[in-house]
Amino acid sequence: MDTLKVGDRRVLERHDFPSLFRALQAKGYQVVGPTVRDGAIVYDQLSGVDDLPVGWTDRQEAGKYRLERRKDEALFGYTVGPFSWKKFLYPSHERLWTASRDGPSFVITPEPVDGPPLAFLGMRACELAGVSVQDRVFMGGPYVDPGYAARRRKVLRIAVQCGQAGGTCFCVSMGTGPGVQEGADLIVTEVLEGKRHYFLVQVGSSEGAAVLSDVPLKAAAPDDPAKADAIVSRAAASMGRALDTDGIHDLLLKNLEHPRWEIVARRCLSCTNCTMVCPTCFCSNQEEVPDLAVEKVERWRRWDSCFNLGLTEMHGQAVRKTNLSRYRQWLTHKLASWHDQFGTSGCVGCGRCITWCPVGIDLTEEVAAIRTVPPAPATSEGKK
Amino acid sequence: MTEARKPRLGVFKFASCDGCQLSILDCEDELLAITGAVDIGDFREASSAVLEGPYDLSLVEGSVTTAHDAQRIKEIRAQSKALVTIGACATAGGIQALKNFGNVDEYRRVVYARPEYIESLATSTAIADHVPVDFELRGCPISKVQLLEALSAFLQGRAPNLPNESVCIECKRRGTVCVLVAHGTPCLGPVTQAGCGAICPAFNRGCYGCFGPQGTPNTASLTAELKTLGMAPPAVQRLFRTFNANAPAFKAASEAAVAEAKAP
Ligand code: SF4
Ligand code: SF4
Ligand code: SF4
Repeated sequence: MDTLKVGDRRVLERHDFPSLFRALQAKGYQVVGPTVRDGAIVYDQLSGVDDLPVGWTDRQEAGKYRLERRKDEALFGYTVGPFSWKKFLYPSHERLWTASRDGPSFVITPEPVDGPPLAFLGMRACELAGVSVQDRVFMGGPYVDPGYAARRRKVLRIAVQCGQAGGTCFCVSMGTGPGVQEGADLIVTEVLEGKRHYFLVQVGSSEGAAVLSDVPLKAAAPDDPAKADAIVSRAAASMGRALDTDGIHDLLLKNLEHPRWEIVARRCLSCTNCTMVCPTCFCSNQEEVPDLAVEKVERWRRWDSCFNLGLTEMHGQAVRKTNLSRYRQWLTHKLASWHDQFGTSGCVGCGRCITWCPVGIDLTEEVAAIRTVPPAPATSEGKK
Repeated sequence: MTEARKPRLGVFKFASCDGCQLSILDCEDELLAITGAVDIGDFREASSAVLEGPYDLSLVEGSVTTAHDAQRIKEIRAQSKALVTIGACATAGGIQALKNFGNVDEYRRVVYARPEYIESLATSTAIADHVPVDFELRGCPISKVQLLEALSAFLQGRAPNLPNESVCIECKRRGTVCVLVAHGTPCLGPVTQAGCGAICPAFNRGCYGCFGPQGTPNTASLTAELKTLGMAPPAVQRLFRTFNANAPAFKAASEAAVAEAKAP
């Protein structure tokens, strides 16, 4: 077996795909990736190829998601589901430490971060971008989140380039996909050609190369890279949504009184789904949970949302009381003030918030509406 | 040295099924800690021994459905430093508040052989409609975890940490696939307060709204969505008229559906 270098391309035949699982498991990775559960493709622990959504795809629109059979047996023939990789790196509910009484004082025991290194199999381009947005949030500044960092540093990222876009996707607008540019240890493109089914694998890092050392690979044909590009272009041409990001920072922040906010607020349920499914949303609350005798206190961190009244509660009152103020906070942070805070957009164009909003509120539609100049307020003269 | 007096707890029942009181007894593992921390003054579901008031904390289950109830809750309030309602009956009037939407005299005549023996108000109302309430524990029945949090908050002199967020956030935290979006199943989760742990969607059912309206329930928008899913106004009305039918937001939503069903 030749030694693989970053950038090398090889072919993995479909019938050899199980060997990738075996190689990952032999290296001590717990493989997590897509699987069908309860009518959706979710990310969970996988034990082998049979756990993948073989022959399944998804149809997505605003507020609607349905699984459908494909005409072929593609392993990665779907787009993104309700849960992103966020749940593995930043768990929805996590004990951070425990404090116990020790005479007149107390002892704090931090929660150990253990568990095997994870191999994320099937990361989409927008999802790699999503993880790197959260990397900046949790590890980018002087205060690093220890749990996130410990889990994140052990992750192997196996990206799969999209061959089709979903009905709510707009990664092209956000510049995050569908082609994988960086941040993956392996970049896979699934090729289905008549009876032939194979994967073009490109090495993205030495860790990725190490995994491949025990996998039967073939040389790539001269036209394979062009085939992969064509597959990605097909996805790029089928985006279900588009978002014009031109001047978006000022557009939103200079239109805080635009009448559109009122219209969307009448629809918004303040249910938090958009923030929960978003791969970049990171808000949490931290609470101490004492036992009845106050001998032991646990500190828990749970996912929270700007749509919850409690997020801005001070002295018993919420600052953002109305749906309008909460939806506006969410959209302006995601697309505008995120740039000021972290130097990137908070949106990677995955479309989850559109699909999983129970009433189908679509941020691309909201931004487009805010772009239209509001009608001048009626004057008493004009009314007559 | 004399030991500090333990806070005295009273548990009182009005019109209800006793399920919420049973949730207290269901705290098997913590029951000893609770009895270690408080003197149980009056809890007839658990013991016939009764300590006189006043009570430092009274847990009140059930709704007010008789003139006697309306008087008794005032006496309990007068004997209680803090009063916490437990469950949908005490907090919103319960399933028995369905009578608020009908004609009670008619029911009485149809159901009972000797209707003249039945003394009942025309309405079933929440405890808070009669006396000031310090905290509400939602649910049908209440959640054991929330009960313990409320008890320890009371004992420690702090506010209970029980947010009025939606059931949806619990679905997402536990990793449930949304039944409304992925299956087209009607679900009250977006307008219902968290606390149950989003049990029903985890079993592929829509939320029934046991915990009552969340902090800012937008029932009009959800109703529009339920109609898109194929629900006719009478079905929407029934969905909002269960354990929390008399909670103001759900009451308004069911009445809007009735009005729409009647509209030509
Ligand atoms: S805001 Fe919506 S489209 Fe953008 S990253 Fe979050 S979930 Fe995806
Ligand atoms: S935008 Fe949609 S998903 Fe987000 S809080 Fe509003 S109704 Fe819920
Ligand atoms: S299943 Fe119901 S409660 Fe759960 S996220 Fe969907 S709408 Fe909300």
